[in-house]
Amino acid sequence: MPRWPWLLLGLLLALAILSGLAAGPIALGPGELFRALLGGPSAEGQATMVVWSLRLPRLAAALLVGAALSAAGTAYQAMFRNPLVSPDILGASAGAGMGAALAILFGLPTLGIQGAAFAGGLAAVGLVTLVAGRVRRHDPVLVLVLAGIAIGTLFSAGISLAKVLADPTVQLPSITFWLLGGLSASSPADVWRAAPLVGAGLLPLLLLRHRVDLLTLADEEAAALGEDVPRLRFTLIVAATLVTGASVAIAGIVGWVGLVVPHAARLLVGPRFARSLPAALLLGAAFVAIADTLARSAVAIELPLGILTALVGAPAFLWLLARGGRFS
Amino acid sequence: MTKLEARGLSFGYDGTPVGEGVDLDLTGGEVVCLLGPNGGGKTTLFRTLLGVLPPIAGEVRVAERPLSRWPRRERARLLGWVPQAHAGLFAFTVEEVVLMGRAARHGRYTAPSRRDHDVARAALERLGIGRLAERVYTQISGGERQLTLIARALAQEAGILILDEPTASLDFGNQLRVLGEIRRLRDDDIGILMSTHQPEHALEVADRIALLEGGRIVAQGPPHETATPERLAHLYRADLAAVTARIAPSGARP
Repeated sequence: MPRWPWLLLGLLLALAILSGLAAGPIALGPGELFRALLGGPSAEGQATMVVWSLRLPRLAAALLVGAALSAAGTAYQAMFRNPLVSPDILGASAGAGMGAALAILFGLPTLGIQGAAFAGGLAAVGLVTLVAGRVRRHDPVLVLVLAGIAIGTLFSAGISLAKVLADPTVQLPSITFWLLGGLSASSPADVWRAAPLVGAGLLPLLLLRHRVDLLTLADEEAAALGEDVPRLRFTLIVAATLVTGASVAIAGIVGWVGLVVPHAARLLVGPRFARSLPAALLLGAAFVAIADTLARSAVAIELPLGILTALVGAPAFLWLLARGGRFS
Repeated sequence: MTKLEARGLSFGYDGTPVGEGVDLDLTGGEVVCLLGPNGGGKTTLFRTLLGVLPPIAGEVRVAERPLSRWPRRERARLLGWVPQAHAGLFAFTVEEVVLMGRAARHGRYTAPSRRDHDVARAALERLGIGRLAERVYTQISGGERQLTLIARALAQEAGILILDEPTASLDFGNQLRVLGEIRRLRDDDIGILMSTHQPEHALEVADRIALLEGGRIVAQGPPHETATPERLAHLYRADLAAVTARIAPSGARP
């Protein structure tokens, strides 16, 4: 196994972090940035304030969301044996969106919106697994995907209803903005709330990393190789949903990351989950950090992050598709 | 030597039997071929023998113990499964695919060990496809994939292998290679249960043949006494003269 992909990923992440701290309306030179970082959060000066109170929390949120969505996407693509799957395959995003829309409709504060989004995502996926568990005689993977589509559609209808009912001057824009995804409002508290949940979801993925590859085989094949397939799949769904839900709760629906990053990660280090998961974590963190830096500094107004990830993600995906001719 | 036994086995889905009353024995060093028309229940029977599907009635025993009493991982060390070569999805290398055969041998939370790698390599070498180790599974030929899946089952180090139509979709040369390997595995005291749609293959490698029709074993025994042209013609709804011309021993040909 060559070392260069890991060096590349490390460099990219370092670049993403440094540019995320340096770039913006108040651009910081390397010296200024270095001094501000070394000086700690309580030092005097504009650079310290910009770095420690504005950019670091937002950068941390971007890294967290990128890593989370990419890890969930990598796990989902393996367990659903489908490289076209993204973390919202089981309705997590639609559920979270509806939770958030309802919370905005009822005028809840930020914490309430985040909690409702997280709960909504979990509820949607819980409903999907519950329904799928009752259907027998069909391929369980297919049943999960179809149930995910149906329940996702149901929750999307709920979002539309919330939009219709929302007050068009205040509530509707904030629902729309939330659904587009973004980190402009993220605070250190958000990161502290989401990080343990993301960590709790990542832990089983990391522990079981040598088992996940078995789920890319047919169920009976994996069972004959000694794996308890339903249990492993359920564990991974819970883990990936936790990770996705926590990330959607603080960043809204940031599309394409969980679809595109796992592809690129597999292209770099191969399909073995024990390697593609860490690669996706690094690459996803770097990707969202760079996208968010562009979102807030490329043009005079702040671009929604979800739009930027789509602008980068969709062409990148098509390029991967054309380049490989096959899904890696 | 590992022993696999089915006694009065009824198998099917959700309590609806596909087949009933199956008695089947397999010991290490023996090749048993299952012949039967499409939809005769071969795959469902295999799934039940592997423990993927619970029996509706009767019992499957492996190594003198009911299948259901073996923990999953230990079961995978006794029974190996070779599905029909599939296209694969992600770009695993051939060696990585074979390493999956070690899943029941290395720890749940640990990577395959040096020894696991060695066993996987040895399985590839044994089937004469060591040169494919670094190739991508999705890019090799169907015959090479089938050999890879057999290598994976070998890496399991199971005493009994169940093969689902291992020669289907293979070209002539690869069919001969796979049949040759099956004979060699038997010589190493591995028990082989395989299905095939080509009676001539069964007659060539089997120690015993079982005919499965409508979910029941209608005949079982030594190859030429069991798979007679008359029985095969009836089993496959085929013309007796055409069957005879294909499979009758050369001495008996008109």
